[in-house]
Amino acid sequence: MMNYVVDPPGAAPAPNPTPAVQAEALTVVRGPRTVLRGIDFTVPRGQITGLLGPSGCGKSTLMRSIVGTQAKVTGTLNVLGRPAGHPSLRTRIGYVTQAPSVYDDLTVRQNLDYFAAILDPGRTAATRRHDVDRVLTDVDLATHADALAGNLSGGQRSRVSLAVALLGTPELLVLDEPTVGLDPVLRRDLWTLFHDIAASRGATLLISSHVMDEAERCHRLLLMREGEVLADDTPDALRTRTGSDTVEAAFLHLVDEAVATARQKETTR
Amino acid sequence: MNTTTITTTAPTAPSALSVSRTTATAARVLRQLRHDPRTIALLILIPCVMLVLLRYVFDGSPRTFDSIGASLLGIFPLITMFLVTSIATLRERTSGTLERLLSMPLGKGDLIAGYALAFGFLAVIQSALATGLAVWFLGLDVTGSPWLLLLVALLDALLGTALGLFVSAFAASEYQAVQFMPAVIFPQLLLCGLFTPRSDMHPVLEAVSDVLPMSYAVDGMNEVLKHTDMTATFVRDALIVAGCALLVLCLGAATLRRRTA
Repeated sequence: MMNYVVDPPGAAPAPNPTPAVQAEALTVVRGPRTVLRGIDFTVPRGQITGLLGPSGCGKSTLMRSIVGTQAKVTGTLNVLGRPAGHPSLRTRIGYVTQAPSVYDDLTVRQNLDYFAAILDPGRTAATRRHDVDRVLTDVDLATHADALAGNLSGGQRSRVSLAVALLGTPELLVLDEPTVGLDPVLRRDLWTLFHDIAASRGATLLISSHVMDEAERCHRLLLMREGEVLADDTPDALRTRTGSDTVEAAFLHLVDEAVATARQKETTR
Repeated sequence: MNTTTITTTAPTAPSALSVSRTTATAARVLRQLRHDPRTIALLILIPCVMLVLLRYVFDGSPRTFDSIGASLLGIFPLITMFLVTSIATLRERTSGTLERLLSMPLGKGDLIAGYALAFGFLAVIQSALATGLAVWFLGLDVTGSPWLLLLVALLDALLGTALGLFVSAFAASEYQAVQFMPAVIFPQLLLCGLFTPRSDMHPVLEAVSDVLPMSYAVDGMNEVLKHTDMTATFVRDALIVAGCALLVLCLGAATLRRRTA
């Protein structure tokens, strides 16, 4: 059941379809704080976009806005050609929250069975079972299918949470720090899986992280700081532009630059 | 700030109940409980133990046991389902599973109805055991049909589930959720006519008790106790309890927000 979006009239022709996510002047207010300050960016389709920045910079709020669970969002935010939060998007987006959101008092398989039934109750039990088996293999938890989620280690639980998001055939995967607390081997395996999902299923992935070495594995990067987007480019272009060897150095360069301009504005005022 | 358009959820949100999603949710809630046998045991045994206790507390006055016992058959399911539901939905809110579910194609009504179905099922078992024990083993003298007692007990359980769902929206922690029990249930318990007939109360309190749903739950039980047939008062009481449950369930659904701060 693939729902490909038909380009709206007047949009670019087929090889360059509407971006997966397109934001203009996106602002989010949480309580007294303005968490996102009128940001503009696009996330192209079929690629892995890394969302990077220090904790508290607004990464999670941005992701929640995209999946449509964030209140007080103003500006323009289109996801897969529809305004964010549109009911038709609910089957087309897979979302993993930072803390694993699964039922601790159910087994791994019971968790997946339930979410698969919510996602698409029309499918036969056999099709659903096949889907559940597939995602269990994807996250390397097939041997733990009958363990209670509450008895798993932290890394295993976050993989159950990831498996839920992989159910069905989401066109957009929004993953909030999916590799936190995982050992290097698992992290490598998951990144291989992410690349495989992008390449073979043509899905778009938006993955947040505050580990800079993961940035090198992304096709594109959105660097954030204090609710603003510092850069929206490929890792190579970022390194070239800033004359640095690593994305981490490039990020630090951009932060220093941003602080310097902010200070300059302050003094001229 | 140059905010151009405001993106909100389109008004075409699927609000219609989906039977398969509702039953899947109910099955999931029951499956969760099955991994927690102690809660099931407590849920089912405590009302029975209390009834046995009550029977021998009023060993010398079986008439008192009849009236209080019948009232309690209506009150137990309300209290236990209230507690279980408020904690269960609070956990759903704090664990992030609610946010995940609401980002998926699940209607709020599906979730609420799923919970009501699962806990309603438990309430039927709980009430059937308690009613059977009271009527056949403890000598509770019921003039009407025990089935009607069971019906009122089930409606009370649904009311408890509804109230629990509703107040869990206002509780930020388990501590707060548990405190809502004395806040919401105790006033109703004092005013429902369990301790003294409602007509003997101060007129102000009597008026207050007229608008509290538990009063009708207890009235309904007492109707069954005294009359062989289904009286008009019984029908009215049952409808009021059912109506309140439905109203509070809708209020509970309104507290579920797809978008949160």
